[in-house]
Amino acid sequence: MAKQIEIADLDAYYGSHKAIEGITMTIEPRSVTAFIGPSGCGKSTFLRTLNRMHEVIPGARVEGKIMLEDQDLYGSDVDPVSVRRTVGMVFQRPNPFPTMSIFDNVAAGLRLNGRISKSEAEGVVESSLKDANLWNEVKDRLTKPGAGLSGGQQQRLCIARAIAVSPAVLLMDEPCSALDPISTLAIEDLISKLKNDYTIVIVTHNMQQAARVSDRTAFFNLAGQGQPGKLVEMDDTPKIFTNPTQKATEDYITGRFG
Amino acid sequence: MTLSPSVIVPVSFNRRLKNRVVQGLVWLAFAVAVVPLISVLWLVVKNGAARFDTEFLTHSMRNIGARDAGGGAYHAILGTLEQVGVATLISVPVGLLTAIYLVEYGQGRRLSRSISFFVDVMTGIPSVVAGLFVLAFWVLVLGLGYSGIAGALALSILMMPTVVRSAEEMLRLVPNELREASYALGVPKWKTITRIVLPTALTGIVTGVMLAIARVAGETAPLLLTVFITDSINTDPFKGPQMGLPLYVFDQAQRPNVTAVDRAWAGALTLILIVMLLNLVARLISWWRSPAKGR
Repeated sequence: MAKQIEIADLDAYYGSHKAIEGITMTIEPRSVTAFIGPSGCGKSTFLRTLNRMHEVIPGARVEGKIMLEDQDLYGSDVDPVSVRRTVGMVFQRPNPFPTMSIFDNVAAGLRLNGRISKSEAEGVVESSLKDANLWNEVKDRLTKPGAGLSGGQQQRLCIARAIAVSPAVLLMDEPCSALDPISTLAIEDLISKLKNDYTIVIVTHNMQQAARVSDRTAFFNLAGQGQPGKLVEMDDTPKIFTNPTQKATEDYITGRFG
Repeated sequence: MTLSPSVIVPVSFNRRLKNRVVQGLVWLAFAVAVVPLISVLWLVVKNGAARFDTEFLTHSMRNIGARDAGGGAYHAILGTLEQVGVATLISVPVGLLTAIYLVEYGQGRRLSRSISFFVDVMTGIPSVVAGLFVLAFWVLVLGLGYSGIAGALALSILMMPTVVRSAEEMLRLVPNELREASYALGVPKWKTITRIVLPTALTGIVTGVMLAIARVAGETAPLLLTVFITDSINTDPFKGPQMGLPLYVFDQAQRPNVTAVDRAWAGALTLILIVMLLNLVARLISWWRSPAKGR
């Protein structure tokens, strides 16, 4: 299930603007990798290149290589739609489908990708909601609209929706930035649980969060306004937070800039 | 008066006065806007009620002499429903697909910009010009004669830009995050559009279509040039002159008898009721599909 990702010399562009440059790293399976760095340094852009969501934006393109185990995600014959089925994503703001019930939201990925039987859908919905720590809160109102839940519940609903299609990798773009501390805690617990089955990559502005949930941390930075973002260093999380190799990393995590 | 930021002062008389005056103006504007609406409705109901009966709704004007009472608008109701129905069948798919192209695929390309421009131009076409165009092209050049279809074509020329504009606006209101959420689940673009974007925008699109229908249902000039006028029932929209409610009102109101004028008023009332009924159906559809239901 969980798969390793290897990125080699990756550049991403918005039109003629180079947003990130020369990123090379390996993301281990069954672990949590956190991306930290100041705003605008390309963390989210880089995350979105991992499931080919970057190219959804008009004019955006990518150069370089991303290997998911032995598959080149940017190979000429690769269907981006199938990449996104394998590499799921949770967004910064919870975005349940407003026309759908809680049940339909979770089943959406399966239903929209082909016909499945009702009993099959029921099984997947229940297990996904349980995995997302949401089942007990919503099991009596599965037919109610997903948009009627609280923010934290909506975000867990989105996580359930993402894991219902059983991806190999789960990308999270600041999943807790719009949530209160209690919901954040629920999601962090969930991340620790999910890493047994998935490769998880999380972008966060909250360094305590990165320290709490991740196994490895990558620090991104940019030389200046209009310059492309670069990977400064990547290491085991305790090492990054206690004894980073680079001066810039130390300055950032100790709050001296950014 | 000196302005000192640290002192909290009561609302000055000047501001109170301005507030009152502007409030009064807003109320006045509202009243001015509502008076004609109410008076039109009142006049139509008062004058139309006299002949708004079963005979009116079930009989045509065939064999009704110039001075006879009785007769009805069945043929006109039928004609209007058929013409507006066909016009809707033509313009809604074309308009909706155009809007989808503009919002989901156009992305500011030259083609989408020129389509946008021509839709704007189309919005400004006077209805009589649309009728003349169909008269010249369909009726005279192709020699297909007066028919309900010719009228429907003229009406659809008028409907299309309205449908495109309203559907486009509604599709643009659908948050991009929903499209991204769908893509991130590995859903192809066409399915994202049909299963996520369209249902989300459905309520607004239905309202827009209804407004477009309401607009063309009352058109007289283009029908006069394309459908012509008849006193008999013609159920076949493909062949021969038909009637329409606006034409009926126009025709009857011209006649010098009180009986005819009463029929014209009843025809106007029927037209208003049909449009209101359609609106009601649309509201029901929107309510039934509304995402907020049962929250």
